[in-house]
Amino acid sequence: MTMPYYASAEQVMRDRSEYARKGISRGRSVAVVTYADGVLFIAENPSSTLHKVGEIYDRIGFAAVGRYSEFESLRVAGVRLADVRGYSYNRRDVTGRVIANAYAQTLGAIFTEQMKPYEVELCVAEVGETPERDQLYRLTFDGSVVDEPDFVVMGGQADAVTAHLRENFHPGMGLADALRVGVDALSAVSPATTGAADGGPTRLTAQQMEVAVLDRRRPKRAFRRVVGAALHTLLGDGQTGETETPPSGHVPSHPAPGTPAGLGDPAAPDTAGGTTDTGEGHPQSDG
Amino acid sequence: MNESSAGRSGFPPAYLDRVGSSFTDFLAASAPDLLPGRRPVPQLPVGDIAPHGTTIVAATYDGGVLMGGDRRATMGNLISSRDIEKVYPADSYSVIGIAGAAGIAIEMVKLYQVELEHYEKIEGLTMSLDGKANRLAQMIRGNLGAALQGLAVVPLFAGFDLDAAPGELPGRIFSYDVTGGNYEERGYSAVGSGSLFARNSLKKTWRQGLDAAAATRTVVEALYDAADDDSATGGPDPVRRLYPIVYRVDAEGAIRLTDAEIAAVADAIVAERAAAERQNTTREA
Repeated sequence: MTMPYYASAEQVMRDRSEYARKGISRGRSVAVVTYADGVLFIAENPSSTLHKVGEIYDRIGFAAVGRYSEFESLRVAGVRLADVRGYSYNRRDVTGRVIANAYAQTLGAIFTEQMKPYEVELCVAEVGETPERDQLYRLTFDGSVVDEPDFVVMGGQADAVTAHLRENFHPGMGLADALRVGVDALSAVSPATTGAADGGPTRLTAQQMEVAVLDRRRPKRAFRRVVGAALHTLLGDGQTGETETPPSGHVPSHPAPGTPAGLGDPAAPDTAGGTTDTGEGHPQSDG
Repeated sequence: MNESSAGRSGFPPAYLDRVGSSFTDFLAASAPDLLPGRRPVPQLPVGDIAPHGTTIVAATYDGGVLMGGDRRATMGNLISSRDIEKVYPADSYSVIGIAGAAGIAIEMVKLYQVELEHYEKIEGLTMSLDGKANRLAQMIRGNLGAALQGLAVVPLFAGFDLDAAPGELPGRIFSYDVTGGNYEERGYSAVGSGSLFARNSLKKTWRQGLDAAAATRTVVEALYDAADDDSATGGPDPVRRLYPIVYRVDAEGAIRLTDAEIAAVADAIVAERAAAERQNTTREA
């Protein structure tokens, strides 16, 4: 059979979509769930350094599935756009919509103009003053953007996780409840729990997950990773001192030296944004 | 992504393709006009028409470091501001104080804050304290042309070193000169027009092993002494309730001491000086 010289646009797009979809469904799932005080990110991710979830700006977070190199360059681009915009205008002028639009247009351009589409799916989450003003934008490989309520599930067996979440999700849940519902949904379909019927683990452990929140109560930068002891406590898995420091060092109970304040160490709150009583006249909150 | 697709919308190519975690370097490539050091340097000295910030003091103590600044900005012989803020948190564990041309200095602080946060977000780790001090030196170096026309910016940088070896004091202070020279200081330091008097004051009051409260007092007292002899440094102003700004950086991060806290320290110093003065006059009589 010879290669055809002509392929219809429809055929080309269909092939690209199928290619991207396959790549994305091979990975593990990420769930982004709203809760009473903000937005919770749960990713099934055994690595503690190659993140699927990240901070974009003060009130904006990012989650992705698919090919790491591709979504990492998109994450960095988002951080750059947010910082340039915040620096030349004002910190308040950086919104999730701006970031989501830039992603949508970039992904759309790559999808139509390049041989290989990006095999990624993104979620840009923005936490507002009140739960009603929280925004979750889902961005797919072809550049379509959808504003979703309540939660977003991407990658792996996203449909099964979504179905599970739809049954158990209630608006306005607390952080621990939201985490439990999210972890249960991810665990139900995860390859890590396939041995459950034969007495294997039924639930993803702290070491197999990457968890972060956008907490609306935090003064400036809302993003915070939940790791180590804080995560064990939230999961309620009753692990104590000795098991909090796994020999692999994947989930340090004390963040490594140099970890930004507030990123995992409950003893070291992030005070870069000033405490609430000194917020007045702060160059980053009003300047 | 090629140029044509970038021209339409989305991220410009540099956003996706550039490697590196420095915000300043990224701006230099993608929007150089936003950088303070990239503008044409004035041909004539303009120092007298631009507000200048004055005295900044920093001192280490057992658990970290303190930095304080007075509230005055001057323009030639005029006081252009009584309540300017010249000490800022650079990130969670470091603070920066500025003396010199206020407009450029505040812009530089803003850029520096974004620089540190940008690195933190992209790398997932905070920069080492020495790395932070070095980045600031590079920023000052870019301002040399303007400095020669009277728009010098001289910062003081201090932070809590999370990587400090056991037994070493975690609070560290770095001073700079207009050419971007970067010097680590032992114990205490001061910059700005009143720095000579502030440093002399600290020489007598500061010693190793002070606790936070005692060190706060030495810092506020040094600013009082600077204001005493330098017309460009403002003293505590109980009429308008304006007091020096003092930040403390310890293992828990950088926090700004409340006005009430500083007011109490400043009022105690003023009362003590007044009592000493009364004693002198009664002895003379």
